[in-house]
Order: sequence, then C-alpha cells, then structure tokens
Amino acid sequence: MSTEKNPQHDELIHIGPEMAVAEADVHADEGAFLRGTSLWRDAWRRLLKNKLAVFGLVVVIVVTIASIAGPALIQQTFGFTPDYIPNNDKLTRSFPPFTGPDGKFSWLHPMGTDNAGRDVMARVLQGGQISLFVGILSTVISLLIGVSYGAIAGYAGGRVDNLMMRIVDVFYSLPYIIIVIVLLSLFRSQTPRGQLTLLFIAIGSVSWLTMARIVRGQILSLKNQEFVLAARATGVSGSRIVFRHLVPNTLGPVIVYATLTVPQIMLLEAFLSFLGFGVQAPLSSWGSLAADGVTNIAVFPWQLIFPGVTMALTLFSLNFLGDGLRDALDPQMRTV
Amino acid sequence: MTNLLDVKNLRTYFETDDGVVKAVDDISFQLKRGETLGIVGESGSGKSVTNLSIIRLVPDPPGKIVSGEVIFNGSDLLLLSNEAIRKIRGRRIAMIFQDPMTSLNPYMKISKQLMEMTQLHLGHSKAQAHDHAIRMMETVGIPDAHSRAGSYPHEFSGGMRQRVMIAMALSCEPELLIADEPTTALDVTIQAQILELIKKLKRETGTSVILITHDLGVVAGMTDHVIVMYAGKIFEQARTTELFSTPGNPYTKGLLRSVPDPTAEQGKLYQIPGLPPDMAHLQPGCPFAARCDYVQDICRREFPPFVKLNSDHYSLCHFAREVYRESGGTPVQE
Amino acid sequence: MSANESTLLSIRDLKVHFDLGGGGPLDKLFGTNPVKRVVKAVDGVSIDIYKGETLGLVGESGCGKSTLGRAILRLTEPTEGRVLYNNEDLAHLKPKRLREQRRHLQIIFQDPYASLNPRMTVGQIVGEPLETFRLARGREAEQRVQELLETVGLSKRFIKRYPHEFSGGQRQRIGIARALAVDPDFIVADEPISALDVSIQAQIMNLLERLRREKNLTYLFISHDLRAIRHVSDRVAVMYLGKLVEIADAKTIYEEPLMPYTKALISAVPVPDPQVEAARQRIMLEGDVPSPINPPTGCRFHTRCPYVIEACKEVVPQLVEIKPAHFAACIRISPAQPHIEDVAPGAAPGLPQNGPQKGT
Repeated sequence: MSTEKNPQHDELIHIGPEMAVAEADVHADEGAFLRGTSLWRDAWRRLLKNKLAVFGLVVVIVVTIASIAGPALIQQTFGFTPDYIPNNDKLTRSFPPFTGPDGKFSWLHPMGTDNAGRDVMARVLQGGQISLFVGILSTVISLLIGVSYGAIAGYAGGRVDNLMMRIVDVFYSLPYIIIVIVLLSLFRSQTPRGQLTLLFIAIGSVSWLTMARIVRGQILSLKNQEFVLAARATGVSGSRIVFRHLVPNTLGPVIVYATLTVPQIMLLEAFLSFLGFGVQAPLSSWGSLAADGVTNIAVFPWQLIFPGVTMALTLFSLNFLGDGLRDALDPQMRTV
Repeated sequence: MTNLLDVKNLRTYFETDDGVVKAVDDISFQLKRGETLGIVGESGSGKSVTNLSIIRLVPDPPGKIVSGEVIFNGSDLLLLSNEAIRKIRGRRIAMIFQDPMTSLNPYMKISKQLMEMTQLHLGHSKAQAHDHAIRMMETVGIPDAHSRAGSYPHEFSGGMRQRVMIAMALSCEPELLIADEPTTALDVTIQAQILELIKKLKRETGTSVILITHDLGVVAGMTDHVIVMYAGKIFEQARTTELFSTPGNPYTKGLLRSVPDPTAEQGKLYQIPGLPPDMAHLQPGCPFAARCDYVQDICRREFPPFVKLNSDHYSLCHFAREVYRESGGTPVQE
Repeated sequence: MSANESTLLSIRDLKVHFDLGGGGPLDKLFGTNPVKRVVKAVDGVSIDIYKGETLGLVGESGCGKSTLGRAILRLTEPTEGRVLYNNEDLAHLKPKRLREQRRHLQIIFQDPYASLNPRMTVGQIVGEPLETFRLARGREAEQRVQELLETVGLSKRFIKRYPHEFSGGQRQRIGIARALAVDPDFIVADEPISALDVSIQAQIMNLLERLRREKNLTYLFISHDLRAIRHVSDRVAVMYLGKLVEIADAKTIYEEPLMPYTKALISAVPVPDPQVEAARQRIMLEGDVPSPINPPTGCRFHTRCPYVIEACKEVVPQLVEIKPAHFAACIRISPAQPHIEDVAPGAAPGLPQNGPQKGT
C-alpha cells in the first residue's frame, strides 16, 4: 500500500488503510463502545419536535393520572362520601359549577354536582378510569391478537394466508354493532366485573381485524427483503424470523394504528354505555355520564358538558399523538 | 466562441437535522457550445445538485441556492422569474435522469408524453405533435415507432424507456442537454447503445451536453472536458485527454487507479482508504485530507488553493504542481 | 467437467422456473392470459465450483445469475436439478438437515441498505448466526463478534450501533462479517459492490480477496460489472437468459472470448482511457435483451447475434469444450474451428454429425 508515502496516514486511522473508520470516530475515546442511536430514539426526538403531538401526549398523560389518582384524592381532600357526596345531607341536589349550597362562589365543586349531589368532577375522573381502562386494555388485546394473527398469515403465505384472511373478511362483514348489542343485551351482568368483561369480549372480538390486515400487509412486503433472506441463509428458524426480524419492523404502523384505535374504542364504549348496554351505575364511564346528563340538558347543562368536553379533549389529544407518531415513525431509514 | 453556459461561484446549501450541508460550495465552470462536459463524482460530491441548481429544480425546502450566477446564453438563470425559467426548461435546456421508470408517467401513453413537450413549448397542434413524436421515436431508434407510440412505459424495457426520455429531451431541439447518470441503471450492452445514440444525436443537432456520471470509462469515451467533484467542490478540471494522461490531483489519481484495468494482470487493487466526509460536519482544511496519500500538516489546517496547472487545467490541492509533475505534466509558471 | 477431489460444489442441470399462470381454461375463456407464462429464470445450468477458487458469474439483468446464486443455497426453491455438496444434494435435503448445512454456505447481498435488519444493532446482527448454530454464547460470543468486525475492517467499538448510522461500504462490511461468523466454506457474493461508490468498491474487493486467502474460502462472485469480475475471478462463467454460454479462466474470457455474446459484452465496457475509447470499434448488439418469459427458441441469443443462421433458431446449443478448459455453447464453432469469424457463412461445425437435433 502507499504507506511509504505517508506514515502519518496510518497513525490517523489507527489500524491501517483498510480500516473503514470515519474520522469523527477516530477521535472518540479509545476503548469506549460507541452508543448507537436506535431508530426508536430517532423517532422519539422527531416526535418531541412536533408541538401538537407533544400537547396531545401531555394531555393524555395528565388525564390518565388525574383519572387514576383524582377521585380518591378529591374524596379525601373534600371529605366526600365514597359516592362523592358532601357530608351534608341537605346538599343532595344539582349545583352549577363553583357554586356552594348557599348560591355563593365556592371551590367545592368546580364542575358542579349532579341530581344526587355527587361531585361531577370526581365522577368525570372516575368515568375516565373506566373509559381509559377499556380503551387501552382493549387496544392491547387487539394488538396482541391482531399482530400475531397477521404475522402468521403474512409469513405463511399461500393457502394458510388465504384462509386466515378470508376468516377476517367474514368477520368484517358482520354488522358488529348489532352483534355487540345483541350479545350485551342477552348476557346482562349484574356485577361491575361482569359488565366489563362482557364489554371487553364484545369490543375485543371485532377490533383486532384491521390490525391483523395492517400487520399482514407489512409482513408481506418485508418478508422478501434481503435481511430476511440473510436470516434464512444463516439458518434462523421461521418463528424466530417472524417475531425477531419481521414484527419489530412492523411496529411503526402498528403503534400508530394502536394510538388511533384507543379513541375509536373509547367512542364505541361511550356509545354502548350511552345506550345503556355498557357500564351501569354505580360504575360510570364518560358515556354513561353523558347519558345521565342528556336528560337534564336544558336545566343542568354542566352535567353533560363536563364529561363531554373531557372526553373530546382526550380523544383529540390521542389523535394528535397518533398523527405525530405517524410522522415521526415514517422516515424509517435515513439515507446517507 | 462564447460560452453557452457560465457558472460562477455557485453555492447550494441544504438545511438538515444535522446542520447545514454545503452540497455545492463555490464552484465555477464553463461549457462551450457544441462540447460535452463531464461531471465526475461519487455520492455526496454534489454533482447532481449542481445540475438541479442550473435549472433550479433544487427542492426548497430543504435546499437553497445561496449565491452565484448561472449565465446561459447571456442571461442569469438564477435571476429569472419562475415563469421564465419554466419556459426554458424543456425547450432550451433539457434534462434526462437516471431512472427512466420513475421519470415517465406510468399512466400516460408514450406518444402523449412526447406530444406534451412540443404542444407546450413549440405550440404544435395535436397532429403536428403526433407526427413529430413519431419522428423523434424513430430518430432514437425505437423500432416500429408507429405502432408502439400508443404503448405505456411499463411495456418498454429499460433501454427503450431511456430512449424515450432522450426523445422527449430532444423534441424541442434544446441548446443544452443535461444527462444525469443516464446509463447507470442499464445493462452494459444497452449502455453502449445509449451512449452511441447520444453521441450521434449530438453530432447531428449540435447540442451541447453535460454528462454526469461516476463511471470514468464513460467519461473517457464521451466528453471533451471533465470536472471532478468531491465534497461539494471542484477538485480538478481539465480537458479529458489531459485529465486521464496527466492528472494533477491526488483524488483524481486515486480514482483512476482504483478502477480495475481488465487488460492488466491481477494484483492487489489500489484503493482509496477511508470514507467520504460527513457533509454536515466538514473539518477545516482540505476535505480529502483524511484519505489522501500526499497529505501533510498544511492540508489539515488550510483549505487548498485552486492552482492553475495549464491553460484549461486546474487543481484544488496544496501540492497540485508536484502531483502534476509526477504524472508527467509540466505546470505553467505561476 | 469431471468431478474431482477439489470440487466443492457440483451443480447438475439446475432449473428454476416461476409459474406466472395463464393458459388455463378460464383464461382462455376471458382472453386474459391465453398462453401459459413461465419465467425460466435458470434453465438447465451445470457447472462445478472448485475449492478455493473465485468463480465469476457475469451477465446482464434478467439472465438469472442472482436466481442461480440463491437457488444453490436454496433460498429460492429449484424446480429441478441437483446441487451436490459433500455428497449430499442440497436441492433435495430435508429442512432440518438443510439448516445444518447452511452453516457452510453463506451469502452476501447487493443492497447494503436492505440486507441488515434496521432494528438490530451491529453486534446482534453479526452475533445472530453464532446463536443460531450454538457456536458461542455470552462473553465468548461478544468477543467473537468483535474479532469479526475487526477482520472486516470495522472498529469493534461499533458493536452497539445501528445500521442506519453507517455508510454503504461499512454496511457491506457488516454483511460480510455476518457471513463469516459461522466459518463457512462457500460464499455467494451477489453483486456485492454494485451499490457502492467507486472508491469504496476497490476496498471491498480487496477485503474479499484477503479473506478468501486467509480463510480458505470459495466464492461465487456474481456481477454485471465486467471489470470487477475480471479482477477478482479465477474462472468466469457467462450467463444469458437462464443458460451458461461460456466458461473459461478470467484472462482468456477477456482477451480471447469465443462467444459472440461475450465478445459484445466485453466490447461494451467503457475503458477509462480517452485514446482507447476514441479508437475502438465496438461490437454493437441490436435490440433489447428478450424477456425471460417464454424465451426465444433454439439458441436464446439468436435474436441479437450477428452470426445467426437458420439452424440457430432450432437447435439448443450445449456447452462444448472448444479449447482446453474453455467451454462455449454455439453450434457455429467447434474444437476444430474455434473462431467464429473464420467459419464459412452458413456453416455450423458445432452441430452433431447426424443432423440438427431439437433440444429441450
């Protein structure tokens, strides 16, 4: 090689002219392992630059924490009963926001009370517990089922894929709202746990379908990529290829879709509860609160407004977050 | 003979997440009428951005032509209005790109795409445009032009599509043809056909050509003058014969030596060590310093001068004259 | 081509056909695809690959060279034929045994951007084969990965980085390290330098050559770049539309090709020397490369060959040893008359004595 011409050359690159070391790395600490930036970290950074998405993320986090801790906190602080009624029996009627029993300004009920005297804010937050719980857990379940189903169908290909996707098609064509309503009215449960379980089953049985399709599509396009061929060439088994190589590369669209599924499911739950098929008293979700509030809308509008607005705020925050995630995760490969 | 194209101090910068990338950093060159200029460079050298800058197709954002002049037939293209430059594109300056598949509209018939050119720029009627299109297809050697005019791009092979691109580019008889890696995506036998075609058309129509490529063989066979670009700068420019026989720049020398010579015996192939620089974080001094065989301390501290080795031969290097002498050249007096 | 002890792989009559459908009763009824369309990507290839050599496989796009490379490793299923390695036929091995054998036969891909899983670190990518074949674990595996990275010219400090943080040439080195992880005997290099810059191509070619010497590897080097093939190969096989048309050592192929196609191919390569370029006479081929779907009858090259005669359209030429260790498939030449330019017009000395025979 041309080392005679320039001995300093080798020093610079440390090991020899064949070493493909970028200059910046040469000057880094000798021996230290250079930490890499995974694509996730890259995406996270991009997400943080998107103001709307950050707003959405913050709101969702705040609402979630408030829903979990809020009701108990309010109860303790203001000394309410477990039913969120102030300890004074004379106050069991509906007050507008920020109004005390004597009609004067009071911090006691920022969102007013409902017909039974229950503090609306506490109930809204408690409703949030259920709505978010149903939304997130259902999404997680549909994720697990959908991803596995779609991945297997996509990788298997051929007849297996065909069969699996035709089953999905059949499910899709069922009028699922009707089915859900029929299921829920046939199997009305008395216990809160029973209600929730039924709700999960009903919602869960339809929400995994689109996820499965998305994942299958991704897998189909990925499975002929050369890094998958390379894995096969090095003897990696089929299941490991699917779950180690293929699925992580589908997570981009999956995450985006999941973030947008949560609000969809919450809306569905709200709709069902509004109709009376979802959760019933004493459990509350935003939907059932809205249902209660609707009857009094002319006289005590705050009973509907607050649950409604909180729900809307949460839903569009989730949507902003989902949009932001899609943009952040999209430029998957940086080209040099 | 006046120059058809005179590029002066062109600078095109890109705003990226990593910082400002000076894709084209102060380059100047001329193109005489009827000549073919080759621009050689690897990825990241700025050769494609140079072309896009000439006809103002640099995506903005993130790119921007920061300064310079592009004087085409006496007027500065960078100062023209959007409307004026659109009239020039296709009519007086035509461009063909590397990938003929993506350059053609897959939903439009070939004839229609060809006709669009002349209808727009020359004001042809539909019938005139159609005749002209068929003639162009025949000129570029597409067999059965009449019957194939109604085909869609996907029905043609890569070589044929590139011919269609050339037909489109030459429809309005432009004064300048810019060909950006026109044959890189094609098989070698088809490449030979396309290059012959370009040569033939150039002879017949007198069009001047700027040919961008990374293939030194193509440059040797097709061009009169060459500029070698690296890291956004011109590292060497000369007449083609001069560049190949007596290069005056270590990068050029390295490139020439790293192309395997099929006629020589096998041995270890010369390789330029290291990697191309990170354009967002250029070090001070010469951008090629980390990889250069001739590097000295001064190269890492100071940016090299643009040395005149000969009338028509310039090299960006602290040791241009020594390198030139080593290749067998005799530099002119300072 | 007789097998001897130094033969590593014996490929016999390998075929890879892709069925595109059509020709069925419904298609005929609706007039959509009236003719059965089959892509004969590899159509009867037989060749031996010797231990320690670099066999160059050259051809233009659509000739089937990549498919051949993958079929040998059974990454694409062969339709017919045998691939003999260590007395076992890879093309017909059971999945379990095939996975075991994969250890000895590896591949390097063309696209440095698509051949590495973007979600895995370099360490994980290079280390995965070690895990799959249980060759090393934990500390030992990590050390081995570091060694591999240094062997291919990358700093071991890169072990926790992700593919997108590297340039094309560096990624290609990572791919090479991965292929070497299991200490294979044979590597298919499928256009390993085509996607790289010129200055990096030389680096990778030198690296591959050094590794071959140090580790006693055998390469099948697939490329369309004749200059590279000439430089790295010991022998060269030229492929056209699914068949091998000429095989010889690298120097001979370049300096004394026998086949019209090979001559045209070599003549088409631009030489970085303006005086040579100005003076040379190119052999220009007419027309396009035909489609591998329902290829031309007889000799596949007949549609573009400047020496074509009637018989060429009917007879499928076989590879014949025209000169010592120099094979060509053309009916117009024979060992007695090896140079096609000297053959009398219309004559086909390569035809068997008892008249033309229709081949498959």
